[in-house]
Formats: sequence, C-alpha cells, structure tokens
Amino acid sequence: MAAQDVHAHTAHAHAAPQGFVRKYVFSLDHKVIGLQYFFLALTAVFVGMILSLLMRIHLVWPGAAIPLIGEIKPETYLSLLTMHGTIMVFFVLTTAPQGGFGNYFLPIQIGAPDMAFPVLNMLSFWTTFVAFVVLICAFFVTGGAPLHGWTGYAPLSALTNTGPGEQLGADLWITSIAIFCVASLMGALNFITTTLDLRAKGMTMMRMPLTVWSWFITAILGLLAFGVLLSAGILLLLDRNLGTSFYIPLVVVNGQVMGHKGGSPLLWQHLFWFFGHPEVYIAILPGMGVASQLLSTFSRKPIFGYRAMVYAIMAIGFLGFMVWGHHMFMSGMSPYSAFAFSLMTMAIGVPSAIKTFNWLGTIHRGRVRFQTPMLFAIGFVSLFVSGGLSGPFLAQPTLDIPLHDTAFVVGHFHLIMGVAAIFGMFAATYYWFPKMFGRMMNERWGRIHFFITLVGAYSIFMPMHYLGMAGQPRRYSQFTELAYLHRLIPLNTFMTYAAIVTIAAQFIFVINLFWSMKKGPKASDNPWEATTLEWTTSTPPPHDNFGGMTPVVHHGPYEYSVPGAARDFIMQNDPATVTTSH
Amino acid sequence: MSHANVSIATPQPVGVMESSPFSIPSKKLVMWLFIVSDAVTFTAVLFAYGYLRNATPNWPHPFRFSPSIINVMVMTFILVTSSFTMLLGVRAAKEGNKSKAILWTFVTVAAGLVFALLHIREWMGLIGEGVRLFQNPWGSGLFGASFFSVTGLHLLHVIGGVAVLTVVALGYKRGRYNSDDLEIWGLYWHFVDLVWMFVVPFVYLLNITRAS
Repeated sequence: MAAQDVHAHTAHAHAAPQGFVRKYVFSLDHKVIGLQYFFLALTAVFVGMILSLLMRIHLVWPGAAIPLIGEIKPETYLSLLTMHGTIMVFFVLTTAPQGGFGNYFLPIQIGAPDMAFPVLNMLSFWTTFVAFVVLICAFFVTGGAPLHGWTGYAPLSALTNTGPGEQLGADLWITSIAIFCVASLMGALNFITTTLDLRAKGMTMMRMPLTVWSWFITAILGLLAFGVLLSAGILLLLDRNLGTSFYIPLVVVNGQVMGHKGGSPLLWQHLFWFFGHPEVYIAILPGMGVASQLLSTFSRKPIFGYRAMVYAIMAIGFLGFMVWGHHMFMSGMSPYSAFAFSLMTMAIGVPSAIKTFNWLGTIHRGRVRFQTPMLFAIGFVSLFVSGGLSGPFLAQPTLDIPLHDTAFVVGHFHLIMGVAAIFGMFAATYYWFPKMFGRMMNERWGRIHFFITLVGAYSIFMPMHYLGMAGQPRRYSQFTELAYLHRLIPLNTFMTYAAIVTIAAQFIFVINLFWSMKKGPKASDNPWEATTLEWTTSTPPPHDNFGGMTPVVHHGPYEYSVPGAARDFIMQNDPATVTTSH
Repeated sequence: MSHANVSIATPQPVGVMESSPFSIPSKKLVMWLFIVSDAVTFTAVLFAYGYLRNATPNWPHPFRFSPSIINVMVMTFILVTSSFTMLLGVRAAKEGNKSKAILWTFVTVAAGLVFALLHIREWMGLIGEGVRLFQNPWGSGLFGASFFSVTGLHLLHVIGGVAVLTVVALGYKRGRYNSDDLEIWGLYWHFVDLVWMFVVPFVYLLNITRAS
C-alpha cells in the first residue's frame, strides 16, 4: 500500500464543530481536549495542595482546630497523605504534562491537523475525568478516604477492616486507579500513533522538537507500565471483595484471624513498582522536553547535543523499567538482587548527567532572555539537579535502609518528581499561554510567582533531607510526641510557614492566568521568536491547526543564531537555504 | 517581537505527510500497540500466578488426562482452527470475495463461541468439584484464584473478540467496514489465540496430576 493511501483515511478532516457541547464538552479537537486536561489538572493540583497544607499544619500543631474539619485525627492524617499522593501523581503529574500540553502541542509541533484518533482522544479525557470523580467520592463515603498511601501496600490495602478508610473508600481508590490506567493506555496508543504517522513532510524523527520526543517516549512508557498496574489493581479488587488471597498472607487484625492465607504482600510491591518507577519518568520526561525547548529558545542558541538528548531520553526510559526493586530494599531482598537494582539505578545517573550537561551547554555563552518561561526552565534544571543528587545515595541498599522510612526520601522525590515536574508545567504554561489564549501573561507577576515558588520549594523540601538524617520518620501523624524529635520542631514550623507562603503565591499564578486570558496584551503569532511549528500558525490556532494546509519542514527544531541567516532564528518551515547541521 | 511569516513556507494540502516508519495504516499500527499493552497486562497476571505458585508448598495438581487435558486439547484445537478460518476470511476479503469473507468470519465467531462454552462447562465442572476463588479440596486456595483470574481474563478476551468480530463482519457486509478492519480485528483474534498458547502449558500442563 502506498504511503499516500495509508494516510488517506488517517487524515481526519472532521469539520469544525458547532454548538457548545460539541465544541467545548465532547470536543474531538485535540486543542480543546488538551485544555480540558489542563483545567482538570489545575483543579486537582489545588485539591492536592490544600491537602498538603492540612498535613503541614497538623504536623507542627497537632491539636489545631481547622475550620470545617476540626482537629485532624491520626487516621485522617493518613487519608490526607494517601489522597495527596494519589491526586498529585496521577491527576497532576501524569495528566497535565502529557494529557494537557502533549495533547495540545504534539500534533501542532509535528504539523498534523489533529491526533490520529480524535474519538479515542476524547474518550481518554472523559475516562480520566470519571477516574477523578470516583477518587474524590472516597472523601465522602462512610469511613472516608483510604489510608494506605499512594502506593497502596498490601495487606493493609487488601483487607477491609484495617482502618476506617479501608472500607468503601479504598474500593473507590483502586477503582479510580484502574479507570485511570485504561484512560492512560488509550492516550498512549494515540500519542505513539500520531507521532509516527502524522508528521508533516520534512518532519523527520530527528527534526522533531525535544518536547515531541519526550511526549513520545513518555507514551511508550505508559503503554508498557499502566497494563501492569491495571492487572495488579484488578487482583487487589478481587482480594478485597471476592475473598482471594493474592496479596494477603495469614494475618491477624485486631486479634482476629483473617480468613486469608498464602498470598504475598511482596507480589503487590513488585507489580506496583514495575509500574511505579516508569511512572516517575512519565511525570518528569515531559518537563525535560519543555526545559530543553525553552533553554534553547531563550538562550538564542541551538540545543547542545540534540542527538545526545534524544538518546538520553530513550536511555532513561529503558533503564526506568529495570530499577523498580530499589523501592523495595526495605522489604527484604536477596543481596544479589539488591546489588543489581542498585547498579542499574546508578546507571540512570549517566543519561541524567548528559541531559544536565547539555542544558548548561545550551545556556553557556548564549544571549539569554530572562523572561518568566525561561526562569521556570532554569528552575526546573536547578530542582532536577538538587533532587537528583540524593538519588545515588538512596540507590545504595546500605544507605537506603536507614533513610527509606524517613523524611529524607520525601524530600528527594518531592524535589525531583514533584516540584521539578511542576516547574516544567509552569514553564510550559507561561511559554504556551500566548498560543493557547492569544494573550500574554503578566511578566512582573510571573517573576514574583517564580521567585517565591523557587525559594519556597527549597525551604520546604531541602530541610527534609536534614530531618530524615536526624531520624524523623515519614507518615507519622504526631512526631511531636516523640521526645528525641523535639529539637526538630522549630525547623518543621519553619517549613510549615514556608508552605503557607508558597501556597499563597500559587494564587498569584491562578489570578495571572485568568486575568491574562481576558485582559492580557494581545500576543503576536510568535512572541518568543521561536522556531517550532506551533509558532507558524495563527493565535490561537484554527480548528485544523494550519488552516486547511499541512506545513512543509525544512529545518531542525533549534536553529538559532545561524551564521548568515537574516534573523537570529530560522523557523522550521522556512524554505531559506542556509545550510545547517540538521 | 516579530511576526512569523506564514506565507514564506510552501504548505501542502492536508494529507501530505512524512511517510510512517511502518508502512501500515494507523489503524493497524494502533492495534499492534494495543496488543503490546494487552500482552503486558496478561504478563502481569501470569507473573502473579507464577510468583505465588513458586512460593506455595501445597500447590494442587488437579488436572487428569481425562477429562481435563483432553478437553483443553479440544479447546486448543478449536481456537487454533478459528485463527486459521480467520486467515481464510481475511484472504477472501483482500481478494474482494465478500460473501466468502463473511462466511469464514462467522465460522471463526462460531468457533470462538464453542470455545467459550467448553470453557464455561469446564469452569462449572471445577466449581462442582468445590473449587472456589479462595479454596479447593486439594491444597492451596490460591489455585482457584489464579486459575479463574488467568483463564477468566482470557475468556473475557474471547467473548469480547466474538462480539467485535460479529459487529465488524456485519458492518463489512453493509460496507461500513473494509477488508482492513477485518484484518485488524483478525490480528486481535490471533493474539487471543497466542495468549492461550501460554495459558495451556502454565495453567494446565504444569498442574497435571502426578502419578504416585
């Protein structure tokens, strides 16, 4: 079959929809779906953030009465912790970078009129939405939200009488995760097919922007990881509701012998972390792509080592599937397995270091424009390095065992997987806002938001490393009761104040976002003087992205300051014949 | 702040694209990708089964040659044959022989149904012998849990395949689907067949009653 025929029925020239429901609710347009994902994640991140605020308040003032909620009981604290983790990991870190920005910009950046399967795309958003609603319902059922943590370790999660939230709340939790897995799988199928099949003429794989590469590899990770969590979740539901014992050994709960026997809690951990570690990269890879894109654009220099960047993303994705055991050093493991997992984990440091080196090489001697998106991209690199450096420590089984159940690990993964990824999202929001909404965000408030958030994030999460080394355990609701930790209370109080300030600063962002949508200065088609295809279309882009045409690509994605060129950037679709390395 | 000059490019009508690294339609590519993700899902369940089986000292071996293994052989024969009839259907469709393609697809559907009925009959028999999700007369209760999960997941795929093939065959008859669609869902059917080739040795042959 000829290539033209192949694409004849994948070119989805569906007409622009009329009517509110078709246009904004059940829309097939990848741009609308991207915005739907974005606003879902924005809602979720505020819920998750409020939960973290309640936790920080409870940690330092355990008896404090909170309006509407009252005093936080220890089991409520565990519910907050579980829901905070679940909402943030699934509905923010997985949803916004991939579902939101990926959906909106992947097709435009490769010159496609839409995703390969628009109906599937719509279904994956609405399935994600249902998963979110199901999860939020867990707050309101008898017993409240589950308390087994976002990792849902069995047998705590597999029995229904291990705590108040482990009744219906835990069933809703695992149902929500299973639905989310299905949604993510549908999304992954669409992203991979779109990237491979719908590139404009001239957009070879090695001319794709690094954002596209990172969304593409993230989709492959999702394709291979979410199926495992889906299976694990279904088996957990069977354990909880139909009396099987996949994850439950002979256990005694509250003096009562349970009817289960023979199962293995370690089995859950293997299945969960086989998904869970790639999930870390699903969260961070799109941020890496955005950082690469922005550092190059705002330094007015080509990205340093484009191919090395692509291969590093692939290497990180590949190694990500071989290191799940490093989450389980504490669970007991053959020293030989632990050694292998440790070695593979440290190997991830190599591609990560290549990326960091290339980012610095990109900025080095560039004519850097310190606008808000660039600030957040630099912040991303900073947080990625700070959070990443504690990784090789935790990769050592001998060091991980004393540190694993302390605040050290909390500090580590919040810096690298939480805040760094969030900085990637902020950078993406400030950068692409003009294209999405046709107006500029306020620069001054953007900078204020950046500096408060950067200093705030470091103030909250850096001390956690120290607290961990001093022995403050994680997940403990009332550590203030422990005499040996009393000296740590002032530092914890400082962190809580830092959290309050940082959270308050996020309202600057939200107000800036909504205010700029209505009142911001009108944006030109290419306000950042960038090179990739989304900046060649009108602002905001028409329904089929390029107004009935498909662009033709003549250049690599990062041709800045090319000697002999008329301007300091060459758009990807510019037919000018300045010869370049790409 | 300069404006991008859209007109300097020479845009092409929609549909002129870089050629895909795989010279197959997107619909077929996405089926292959779905098969990859579904294989991962099955692998996880089979891994769970193997993990627990290895960790359990009193694992039951209830399957006797007659009737269990004979029944499984018949089921395997039917499923493999149905893959073959699917191939015949797709080939007929590619040759443009519509009625023949529909006929062979419905033979495939019928074979799938017989497979499902034989499987359900086997389930009923085991349930009659006292096998439950959490206990059985012979040993570890994990046997029933794993057996019903692995074969149940496969059975769901068979029933789903029967339903989809029926819809696709009827749609193909009315011109709603073409030979590509038939081929793509044929791929799914072969995958379901392939999974069974893992289920038979792992779930049945490893658990044959040992002569002692």
